[in-house]
Amino acid sequence: MATPRTSPEISGMGHSMKRKEDPRFIRGRGNYVDDIQLPGMLHMDIVRSPFAHAKIKSIDTSKALKVPGVLAVIDGPTLAKYNLHWMPTLMSDTQMVLPTDRVMYQAQEVCAVIATDRYAAADGVEAVEVDYEPLEPVIDAHKALLPSAPVLRTDKKGKTDNRIFHWEVGDKSATDKAFKDADVVVAQDMYIPRIHVASIETCGCVADFDRVTGKLTVYMTTQAPHAIRTVFALVAGHVGLSEEKIRIVSPDIGGGFGGKVPVYPGYVIATAASVVIGKPIKWVEDRMENLQADSFARDYHIHAELAARKDGTMTALRIKTLADHGYADAAANPSKFPAGLFSICTGSYDVKHAFAEVDGVYTNKPPGGIAYRCSFRVTEAVHCIERITDVLASELKMDPAALRMKNFIQPDKFPYKSALGWEYDSGNYGAALRKAMDIIGYEDLRKEQAEKRARGELMGIGISSFTEIVGAGPSKHFDILGIKMFDSCEIRVHPTGKAIARFGTKSQGQGHETTYAQIVAEELGIPASQVQVEEGDTDTAPYGLGTYASRSTPTAGAAGAMAARKIREKAKKLAAHLLECSPDDLVWEPGKFSVKGAPDRFKTIQDCAFAAYTNHPQGMEAGLEAVSYYDPPNLTFPFGSYICVVDIDRGTGMVKIRRFVAVDDCGNIINPMIVDGQIHGGLTMGMAPALLEEIQYDESGNIQGGSFMDYLVPTAMETPAWEVDKTVTPSPHHPFGAKGVGESATVGAPPAIANAVVDALAHLGVKHVEIPITPEKVWRILREKGVAE
Amino acid sequence: MATHRIELSVNGAKQSAEVPSRLLLVHLLRENLRLTGTHIGCDTTHCGACTVLLDGTPVKSCTVLAVQADGREVTTVEGLEKDGKLHPIQEGFWEKHGLQCGYCTPGMMLSGCALLARNKSPSEAEIREAISGNLCRCTGYVNIVKAIEYAAEKMRER
Ligand code: FES
Ligand code: FES
Repeated sequence: MATPRTSPEISGMGHSMKRKEDPRFIRGRGNYVDDIQLPGMLHMDIVRSPFAHAKIKSIDTSKALKVPGVLAVIDGPTLAKYNLHWMPTLMSDTQMVLPTDRVMYQAQEVCAVIATDRYAAADGVEAVEVDYEPLEPVIDAHKALLPSAPVLRTDKKGKTDNRIFHWEVGDKSATDKAFKDADVVVAQDMYIPRIHVASIETCGCVADFDRVTGKLTVYMTTQAPHAIRTVFALVAGHVGLSEEKIRIVSPDIGGGFGGKVPVYPGYVIATAASVVIGKPIKWVEDRMENLQADSFARDYHIHAELAARKDGTMTALRIKTLADHGYADAAANPSKFPAGLFSICTGSYDVKHAFAEVDGVYTNKPPGGIAYRCSFRVTEAVHCIERITDVLASELKMDPAALRMKNFIQPDKFPYKSALGWEYDSGNYGAALRKAMDIIGYEDLRKEQAEKRARGELMGIGISSFTEIVGAGPSKHFDILGIKMFDSCEIRVHPTGKAIARFGTKSQGQGHETTYAQIVAEELGIPASQVQVEEGDTDTAPYGLGTYASRSTPTAGAAGAMAARKIREKAKKLAAHLLECSPDDLVWEPGKFSVKGAPDRFKTIQDCAFAAYTNHPQGMEAGLEAVSYYDPPNLTFPFGSYICVVDIDRGTGMVKIRRFVAVDDCGNIINPMIVDGQIHGGLTMGMAPALLEEIQYDESGNIQGGSFMDYLVPTAMETPAWEVDKTVTPSPHHPFGAKGVGESATVGAPPAIANAVVDALAHLGVKHVEIPITPEKVWRILREKGVAE
Repeated sequence: MATHRIELSVNGAKQSAEVPSRLLLVHLLRENLRLTGTHIGCDTTHCGACTVLLDGTPVKSCTVLAVQADGREVTTVEGLEKDGKLHPIQEGFWEKHGLQCGYCTPGMMLSGCALLARNKSPSEAEIREAISGNLCRCTGYVNIVKAIEYAAEKMRER
């Protein structure tokens, strides 16, 4: 790590500054949505469907309305009167807010009870009587496309099957030819299971419509408040809500990870209820609602094939995937990318030919698709390439590290154009893998493994050398519902030289109040402690697309630097005015301009700020502020190499992660402490689906993991002591060379763990194990191979 | 619904309230007393976001009825700081980056406090076990362990 340019007092980039947001959190003084209490506030609770697919014959609310404290029940027909019973999804599909005749997944919202307190609302939910007629559900994604499957989206005119889209990328014929010419071809089916982010805070809102002013304020758990405001204006424009009268406030958020990007029906119902009733309405879902109805992630059925020469040179990659989107395509993807950035699937390797196709299908499951700390389907892509690379290594009897080294895109090839069309900005993959191998002692571990194997002990070493693609994105290609994916920052420097900086993103724990202040400190030399960072209030912050897909630093962080540079330009003119010299004679170091050759003649940024309000030159506008809307020229491509060592208990099938070394490269680093924290958390959310988490459905569409009883979020007991390190390869196109890091570890970790388990069992003839690798799954394999104890 | 008059001490202050039989302690704290630092993260007693100390023992306040706290002493996160001075566990979490979104943090700190009250020099394994009823989705626990170790050391020095 390069030494920081600024002093600890200024704490610009590279300082492990303690977080500015922490003083309130460690005192219990955060302000999360459920902490908000407004005068006259009512509570909402939701009746949900027990069936995956059913006709609603009747909803009887008479008993519910007699429950003390219950004021109203809102159902689909109520909303239909205002034409608010349907809403668009972020993928321009449509989704019910409340049903008028049919439910399409278990736990779907059926109607909502409004009451004076949360207990009364829950009583009301119990008392609502709904008469359902169950219909045949479509649960298996493969069967969804059979001609015999019932067509689910009969609301769409002319829809005759359950296909949402067919998407493909790459040169099919060149890829097919490369496969024909290959010395070796390996193939592997793999399923990336449906999982849920399960942020410890669930979702909710307080909707507050003021009948006198006509202003709607919605405090809500959203990662993208500005886009939500526009969606609300577009959806509810016809009932008189106009964008200047809508204020979305995203208060402190208890973890998001993508699960707080979509618009859930609960938000819309609470808002409609507030408009109709004229009182603030609070809705906070409970954990079971959160796990059962909110946006899921993954659910990709992949068939991958990799072609290579005898010496291990990879020549072509071919992938066919079936994507289960549930009842609606509500994945929060950029509009033009129905399969997200899955086409990063050639990974870190110089594969000349590739072709990938994805079919999205409707089933009777909740809608969603990408929300689990991942930049749009990158985790699926990385699992696929890193797993099949190990399958190839085992086929060729090559060491998986050596096979990777042989195929890495070499450092002198950047910017590198991938076979599927991406331009990778920078990378040095071999250095990261070598570093990880040195830290963990790779060669010694292989010796130890051989000895253990001879004794019948099961030990495995797994590698993942991933390439991420984040920071969406260039507006040429990236938009959500037509809104371009730029991001923004507005900085005002006050007369006394302190500043406020507002951003279009929204932290959910990433530490923006600290890191953004450090960016401004780096660029202006104003101490980070004196830069107040604000986000999440659409009335005050500049418009931006929000925080997800590791985009905050690449986009809004860049906007921060650009806005600060505009301010520095003006400050330079002010300094020249104060020093009575030409701006060209000034040199900048963080915090001050001095006259070239006369370093004791200088003006600090604080002097300049004061002059901007008290002594600005004639002809110059007063004030010192700037705004930047940053449209990145390209995405950024963080990468890393992870090595995992596992020991497997032959009695129980339990996989124990003995060591896990993560070498990450996210370009230049703003706050090393925060980056390490992001990686620790990301690794844990990578281990979770590898070993523990999965949401399954039975053939009737009943969820099998709908509470924390059986949806196993890792505790401190299963989580190993992660060992993290870095290499630094700056992004050449980012204003300060950063790449983004929030999701790298979640994306990179699962195949390292899966590869380690398969490696531990390889000598028994095991080529692949599906995640999550539960003790039961492993024990069955051990028993089948006759080595269970 | 029947109600009951209860008296309890919360962070050293006497409180009395007329509460319905079914009111949960977490709601008494959060809604009646407006001590919103105690959070709710689940409905199956798994996440520990609601952890408070009841007569010094960590309990999940989502699974305790308010009436069960009658005549007892409750400590919440708001009671950790004394006379404007942070508790060592609070210092530890700040120093060691033991929190990200902050949602699990109050419960984590209270579980940590209860551990340090009975074990002045816990090992890493003992710390991990003591917080195994508290889920954190953000930090991966590494820095939470360090934060509690930091607090242990600070408290031994005192
Ligand atoms: S709220 Fe989860 S254990 Fe109490
Ligand atoms: S800091 Fe977010 S859940 Fe622990």
